[in-house]
Formats: sequence, C-alpha cells, structure tokens
Amino acid sequence: MRWKTALTGSAALVLLLFCGDTHAQESHVGKLNGNEKRGKALYGRYCIFCHGRYGDGRGESAPYLDPKPRDFTKAVFKCRSTPSGSLPLDSDLYDTISRGVHDSGMPSWKPLLRQERVDLIAYIKTFSSAFQEEKPGAPVEIPPEPPSSAESIRRGAQVFESMNCWSCHGKDGRGHGPSAAALTDSKGYPITPFDFTSGSRFKCGETDRDMFRDLITGLDGTPMPSFASAMTTDQRWDVVHYLRSLSSHGTHAQLAPISQ
Amino acid sequence: MEASTLTRIGIQLLALGIFLTGVQPAFGIPAFARKNGLPCSACHEAWPMLNNFGQTFKDNGYQLGNGRDSPIYQEPTYWPVTFRINTSWHRENNNRTAVDMIPGAGGGQVERSITTSGFDLNSLDIVTAGTLSKDISFFVQPFINSGSSSLGEAWARLDNLFGSRWLNLKMGKFELDELISQERILTLSGTGGTYFNYFFTPLGDRNVFQGIGGAQLGVELSGHSDDDHQRYSVSVLSSNNGQTGLPTNSSYDVYTNLNQAFEVPNLGMQRVGVYGYFGQSPTYFQTSGGTPIPGTGTGNRSFYRVGAYGQWYVRKFDFQTFYMHGRDNVFLGNSVAANQPANLPPGATAPEWNGGFVEAHYDYNPRLILIGKYELIRMSQQANPGIRSNAGNLDAWTVGYRWYPIMNPRAGLAWVQEYGRVQNAGAAPLSGKDDISNSFLMGFDFDF
Repeated sequence: MRWKTALTGSAALVLLLFCGDTHAQESHVGKLNGNEKRGKALYGRYCIFCHGRYGDGRGESAPYLDPKPRDFTKAVFKCRSTPSGSLPLDSDLYDTISRGVHDSGMPSWKPLLRQERVDLIAYIKTFSSAFQEEKPGAPVEIPPEPPSSAESIRRGAQVFESMNCWSCHGKDGRGHGPSAAALTDSKGYPITPFDFTSGSRFKCGETDRDMFRDLITGLDGTPMPSFASAMTTDQRWDVVHYLRSLSSHGTHAQLAPISQ
Repeated sequence: MEASTLTRIGIQLLALGIFLTGVQPAFGIPAFARKNGLPCSACHEAWPMLNNFGQTFKDNGYQLGNGRDSPIYQEPTYWPVTFRINTSWHRENNNRTAVDMIPGAGGGQVERSITTSGFDLNSLDIVTAGTLSKDISFFVQPFINSGSSSLGEAWARLDNLFGSRWLNLKMGKFELDELISQERILTLSGTGGTYFNYFFTPLGDRNVFQGIGGAQLGVELSGHSDDDHQRYSVSVLSSNNGQTGLPTNSSYDVYTNLNQAFEVPNLGMQRVGVYGYFGQSPTYFQTSGGTPIPGTGTGNRSFYRVGAYGQWYVRKFDFQTFYMHGRDNVFLGNSVAANQPANLPPGATAPEWNGGFVEAHYDYNPRLILIGKYELIRMSQQANPGIRSNAGNLDAWTVGYRWYPIMNPRAGLAWVQEYGRVQNAGAAPLSGKDDISNSFLMGFDFDF
C-alpha cells in the first residue's frame, strides 16, 4: 500500500513538472527565440524593482514613480502595432524595451543584448494568461506619407478641432484642455495629455509613421482612443502634420495653433 | 552538543543561505537607485563592477535619457550622496621585512617574516554624483583614510555636445577611461585590492607618474554609440600624477582608449580595446638656495604605457584580460637628472617591461559572485645592467567571493572573503631575494 502511495505521488509530481513545461512561454523577434527561464533571471536583475515580483507593477520602487510601472498581468500595452484592444506583437514589446518610455521611469534597455531583450519578453508574457489564450492582432497598415504642406496642416487643424482632440490636448496643443485635469488611466491614476509644443519625444516612437500608427491603434490603458474608424487615412496624415507643426523643433511647415 | 553536530548544522545553514541567494531577486543601490528607481543589479554585474547598462549610464553622464535626468524632477529632499566603507578582519604576512636585530635599539637589521592581524576599517568613500542640469553631470569623491583625507576625484562634464553622444567634455580630476577599473575592483585585500600593472614602476625608477590606475588632472573628450558598443576617449592631462597645486612640472600627457563590443549568440557581450598613455616626467627641479621650487620640474623625459584588453562573457562566466607594455626614459629609469648625463651608470638603458592579468568571475546570480585573478609583470630590459634581470618581476593571484545578503532599495551590503598572494622578485629590502606577501580578508563592504 505504501509503495502505491509513493508511486502515485511521484507520478503526480512528474505530471506537475511536465505540465509546467507545456506552458513555457516563448517569444520570437526576427530570428531570435526568447527563453522564459533566462528571461526570469534577467527580470530579477533589471525589472522586478519597478514591475514587481508578480509583474503587477507593484515593485518596491513603484510608489515613487509617476507614471506607474506597467501591470503585465492585465496584458494591456500602450505601444502596439496591433488594433486597439488586442495583444501586442513580440516585436512591439521588443521596441518598447529597446526604446524605453520617454518621460517615465522606464529607460532604454538597448545596452542589453538583443537575445536578452527577447528572453525578457518571453518571461513578461507569463504574467498574463491572455498570451496563451489569444493571438495578437494583425499589425495595422501604414500607407506612404504624403508631403506635409500648409494646406495639409490647415486640414489637420480642422480635424483636431472637429474630433475634440483639443478637449484633452488643449486648443494650443499644450496638453491642458478642459478635460485634462480629470483624466485617469485604466488603473485610476491621473494621467497628463501630451504637450505637442514641448518638442519632447513621443512614448511610442519618434517618426511620423509612429504617430500615424498611434492614431489607429490608440494607446490602450490611457484615455487616448483609436481613431481607426473615425478618421480617414488622409485625415490622419493631416493631423500628424498639424501636430508636428506645433512643436518648436518641428521641421514641418508652421501654422498658428487653432486657438489663435 | 557534539562538535560534529555543530559542524553539520553550520554546513546546512550555509547551504540554506546559498540556496536562498539563488531564489531571491536582487535590489538596491544608494544614490542613483534613489534617483532613478532602478535596482543596483541593473547597472552592476556585482557592485562595484559595472555591466554594459551601467557603463552606458555612466557614459551618458549618469543619465538614462528618459526625460527625467535633470535634477528639477527630483524631490527637493533628494541628496545625491553615497557612503561606502569596508570593515574587516584581515591577516597580513610578509616573508622578508627588515627589522632591527635588537627591537628598539638597532644593532643592525635582518629580514624576518612578520605576521599581523586584527579588525580594521579600510577606508571611507563619500561619493556625490549626478546631474547639475540636463546634459551637465558631475562627480566628487573625497577619500578619507585613517588620519588623512584627500580629493579622490572631482569633475564636471558637458554631455552630448551638439546633441551628439560622440562629444562629451569632462574637466577636473578623474579616473582614466578604463573599463577594467581600479575604482570598481571587486577585491579589497592588501595584496588583492590592486591591479599591480596599473601602478607599476621598475626598481630604482623616479617617474613622477605612478600609473594609469590613479586619478589624473585634465580634460577628456569622449564619445560612444547609442548602444555603447563603440567607445573612445582622449585625455590631455597635467604631468603631475593628479596632484593638485602644481607640485611638479607643467607639461602635459595624453591618454587614449578605444574599444568595440560585439554580441556573440548564446555567449554574451564581448569587448576588446586598446589604450595608450604617453607622457613626460621631470628629472630635476629649479631650486632656490638648493630647495626645489614647486611646479618647476624640468629636464622632462618621456615614458609610455600601451596595451590591449578584453572582456569575454561565456554565459555566467566572464574573463577580463589585460596586457600592458611599459617603457621609461633612461634618465627616469636610473633616477638621474637629465642635465647630468655623466651620472648614468655604464650601459644604462631605458627600462621596459610587459605585464598583464586575467580575472575570472562566475556570476552565480546577482547576489553571489566568485572571483579568481592572476597577474604578472616581467621586466624585459633593466635600466641598469647591474640590476638582476628578473628584479621587479611580479606574480600575484587572488581568489575570493562576494555575497550580497542585503541589497534593498536604499543600501547594499556585501560579505567578502578573499585570499591573495604576491611575489616580487628581488624586492627583499636587505638580501635582494624574492619578497612574498600574503593577505587574508573577511568582512563587510557596504554602502548606503
């Protein structure tokens, strides 16, 4: 009887171990394949202090950070190439880790090896079952950019007005529209709309194509919605050109803010 | 309780401790962690040794580039100060110390083996560093030892000039750009706490310059690629070995360092580099009534230190390799004033030597690192043919480990144990035989 109990226990243990293996998370960026186990060690060295042991954004440093670290258990990510509400591609997470998130506590981790960054993604994906239950959406298409012109900027200003972008970003694009003070992210923390006049870097990429993509995907977890259906392709490019013109560092044709 | 039982319990507790270090995450670092909210393990392979992320942070002027680097973003109460101190018990032995035959009364000297041991405070480092503004960084390090103090480093740096990472200008007293850094050496003991190659001068040499390991006064232009894989630095330095107040001469030295890193799949980051220090040192001073006038060193003669190094990573192992070739002018090597060439001994020539070391680490996890180091120096040409050909040759090795039981968000504490041995050929003070020193050290190395 005793040996039967021992055998059953051992079998259960082996089954448990194998079950653990079958759920091992992977990541793929280019030709690199991420390893969850290596990613865990790297996470303990670089990330755990902010994002927490359980990936819930409650690391020891989190109380002192603004904005708060990402809660990986929710599987909600600002910077994606996929439609609003869908999971990001591994390459989206890779880009965010490599680029960092400007104006936050998240630095660029480009000094890490490419393999290490891909390993980290494999481990980050273990914090939410969504990565096992769902597939990321297809990346949104970004058509070629038409040249910026005074006319394009003028049209962009009109779209900025008609779509009520100003209610958060302000008539002059400085990020203090009438709704700005009351805005919160999906976890209830106050959040500030972007100041387009600051010349500061965007969180999800620097290029016009990145801005165009953000207008389609929205920034999940923030009040910034997707304008995938609300704007036409031409309107999105016009808005990009208009927003670029607000920056004192912009290289596009200049136009006075709509408040003037 | 029997002794064997106590031993067994001790071993089990040690094993438990090692096991726990394997499952706990690593946290902490003082001033920069408080500012940036990052764990010390983000920047250090094992503090104080930097990893590539830490080196990039340093090369960026202690900036993360996330838009929060200016001190205006810090709490007004934030004070960028770190204290570091070592408390230890150590045992030192030298096999050929010159001692009086009759203690306190002279009567001639003999060489004897001397062993000392006891508790000690090694040093107190106070470091304040950070940014004065976006793209303006600083570093100040007073150094306090038993009964004395000095300014280890003090500099300001203009970062990312013209928006380029390739242009950074530093001025003040600073450590030379060395990726295998004397300032961030992992071992602390009397024989293990130094890279001997960095401070070597041949027997009888009178070069003011004491080696590339010390902080120097001057200006440095440096730069690096976005990911820090390519780096360069060029420094113009006062030829006074970093001493303030112009105590020697007013000529200038040049130090340069170039290195390149590359990723090897499944192994890690590898880096190779070359460096060179080219300088002049005075051989005599202007005098007033026979007394040297400070800052008037003259009769300058040249010297150089050149070499190459590598940092090789094989998963959890890494190997730091270093090579140096050194040469001092014949007047420096023979301690003869350049205006008195007749004083050179017959057959005198410029001393030359080669040296290097291999330092290996096993990075078990961010909380435990094992260390082994072997270093050698070989004279290839003595300044005076009367000097034994191998006099000054050196062999040193060190083994040890650092365990970080506490690395919380505000401080770090390491438990250190190491043993080191150094053998200097022909350096015994009386007999000219080999001089051998041994060090054993165990203690705490902590900062907050």
